[in-house]
Amino acid sequence: MNIFSELKKSLIVALWFVFLTFPIMVIRVNTIEKIIEWRWRNMLIIAIGSFLVSLLWRYLLTRKQTQTDSQLEKRPLSQLIFEEPKVYKPILVLIGLFVVIFPFIFSSYQINIMTTALMYVMLGLGLNIVVGLAGLLDLGYVAFYAVGAYTYALINHHFGLGFWTILPVGALLAAFFGILLGFPVLRLRGDYLAIVTLGFGEIIRLILENWNEFSFGPSGIAHISRPGFMGINLNLNESIIYLYYLMIFFCLITIFVINRLQNSRIGRAWIALREDEVACQAMGIDKTKTKLTAFALGATWAGMVGVIFAAKTTFVNPASFTFLESAMILSIVVLGGMGSIVGVFIAAMILILTPEYLRAFSNYRMLLFGAVMVLMMVFRPQGIVPNVRRFYRFRRVTSNPGNLYDKSS
Amino acid sequence: MTNLLEIHSLTMMFGGLKAVDDIDIYVAPKEIAALIGPNGAGKTTVFNCITGIYNPTEGDIFVCRPGGVKKRINGIKINKATELGIARTFQNTRLFPNMTVLENVMIGRHCRTRAGVLGAFLRDSSTLREEQQIIDFSYDILVHVGLADQVNELAKNLPYGDQRRLEIARAMATEPFLLLLDEPAAGMNPRETDELRELIDRIRNDKAISVLMIEHDMKMVMGISDRIFVLDYGKKIAEGTPEEIRENPVVIKAYLGEDFTIDA
Repeated sequence: MNIFSELKKSLIVALWFVFLTFPIMVIRVNTIEKIIEWRWRNMLIIAIGSFLVSLLWRYLLTRKQTQTDSQLEKRPLSQLIFEEPKVYKPILVLIGLFVVIFPFIFSSYQINIMTTALMYVMLGLGLNIVVGLAGLLDLGYVAFYAVGAYTYALINHHFGLGFWTILPVGALLAAFFGILLGFPVLRLRGDYLAIVTLGFGEIIRLILENWNEFSFGPSGIAHISRPGFMGINLNLNESIIYLYYLMIFFCLITIFVINRLQNSRIGRAWIALREDEVACQAMGIDKTKTKLTAFALGATWAGMVGVIFAAKTTFVNPASFTFLESAMILSIVVLGGMGSIVGVFIAAMILILTPEYLRAFSNYRMLLFGAVMVLMMVFRPQGIVPNVRRFYRFRRVTSNPGNLYDKSS
Repeated sequence: MTNLLEIHSLTMMFGGLKAVDDIDIYVAPKEIAALIGPNGAGKTTVFNCITGIYNPTEGDIFVCRPGGVKKRINGIKINKATELGIARTFQNTRLFPNMTVLENVMIGRHCRTRAGVLGAFLRDSSTLREEQQIIDFSYDILVHVGLADQVNELAKNLPYGDQRRLEIARAMATEPFLLLLDEPAAGMNPRETDELRELIDRIRNDKAISVLMIEHDMKMVMGISDRIFVLDYGKKIAEGTPEEIRENPVVIKAYLGEDFTIDA
């Protein structure tokens, strides 16, 4: 009975698709010989194809529904891996080894792609503070990235200062811009916040595009110095490898810092803010301060990556900082799992590396990208590696509840 | 002794609507006071005025920490009210659903602790010590309210009665001197209500915290309160001990119309 109705529904879907695609897939008008070709074979393929896909889709959906009922208590595989040192330690060692020898076995093209992917890991982790932890939907994150990149580009162009001097300057300036954005949007939430941040991102990009005297407009700034390595001049190949290791280093620092942040007093306040803003304030958390810290710290990482980006490409122009970039970074966070460091890492690798290696199918690249996003959101909305709340250790001794307050102070 | 909370002729208007109309309320130290009245009488609005969610149109709200100075807190920021020592729970529980029970309570410690961003990076000894203190303190409170077995459970997975108690625990973590409970017994069965009543009594006795609560469960209100304020249509229509309120014809009329008495 159930199977019968499923088959019937799939059949209707198939017929609908046949109807929809009929004009383009079946009929072909040959304008030279003035005849109409009827490609019935295409129709058959579409009918069978959509029928099967619809059947599979329905099957997966029902399976997902029964799963959520019965396997609610089951812990995710990712969590089991991280809890077992015997399992995750060798994996970590293998990954570490791979990371170290990577530049010596692959071409500089591959290293370049990997460096880019690592930059997106860092961007994703930075945005993760704002979106994943504090729950503030920021669609203009690329603005801070642009601030960092242009800080280095402009200062390097005018004053010739080097990478390591500008790195903290870019980070600080981005943090400042984060606070600048944070103030007007303190009262906004959800959709409204998203729109304002989107606008902010566009404002920065448009300023860079149109203020020719300041930013050299769409033609951008070229000949930016690459990062120096203790005063030694590196050739192109060496500096690619150097940047790769630099990126690994920065990623490790980012992971280290963000891991500590999210398990701290501040991190908990962010999560509480995400969960319920009013209750969070009623628990004595200063909303203004907490939100601004999230914006500023999130922007700091974007600023740093911006400086690295300018140093890597040695050329910046506003075209690198479009909304598409923000959307990409946001996709990384959402796909990876809100608030999850490992998830963001994996998602960045998938989203940046796959399109590179799928260049052969470049026509269908974005189609595949979209399909993956839709599938993920339907079947695994919590992300690749969902964030798991931490368990704490405490004294198991049940103390005398009477003298509670004496211990605090 | 001075009162912990004093409200003088409080009026709150939303446009043309007078939600709260010229009421006076006070809470003495170590006292359990109740705010009762039919739905829409303005009880939660009073709570929102005290905790800074609303800025009252007219009137004064004074608080005075035991042994402290009297302070006017009209239009105070919500988190400042909590810092002062006024903690509250909400009518529809507002926990942090995706945090564990322990973490929910740990959030309550936020305003009593100091660690900043730098401390989080460095994890120096003072930050670590403070962190451990937060954990231990929160755990003790959970033991106190009887949720010690569910510390690592997500808040959203708790049964309803436990969620209510967790909300009280979270409020307690801010070390208040005045606890505002908005319908703590709503949706609880009689056994849970009895446990809650016993918990509120214990909070008052052990911790010397005063309680002001909104509650519809008359058995509980009559059994536990030292003083009751009755609101109807934004006005205070009666005030007194449970016995006085029980006999008060105005209250009976407001609740039930004419010719009824409250059995409790």
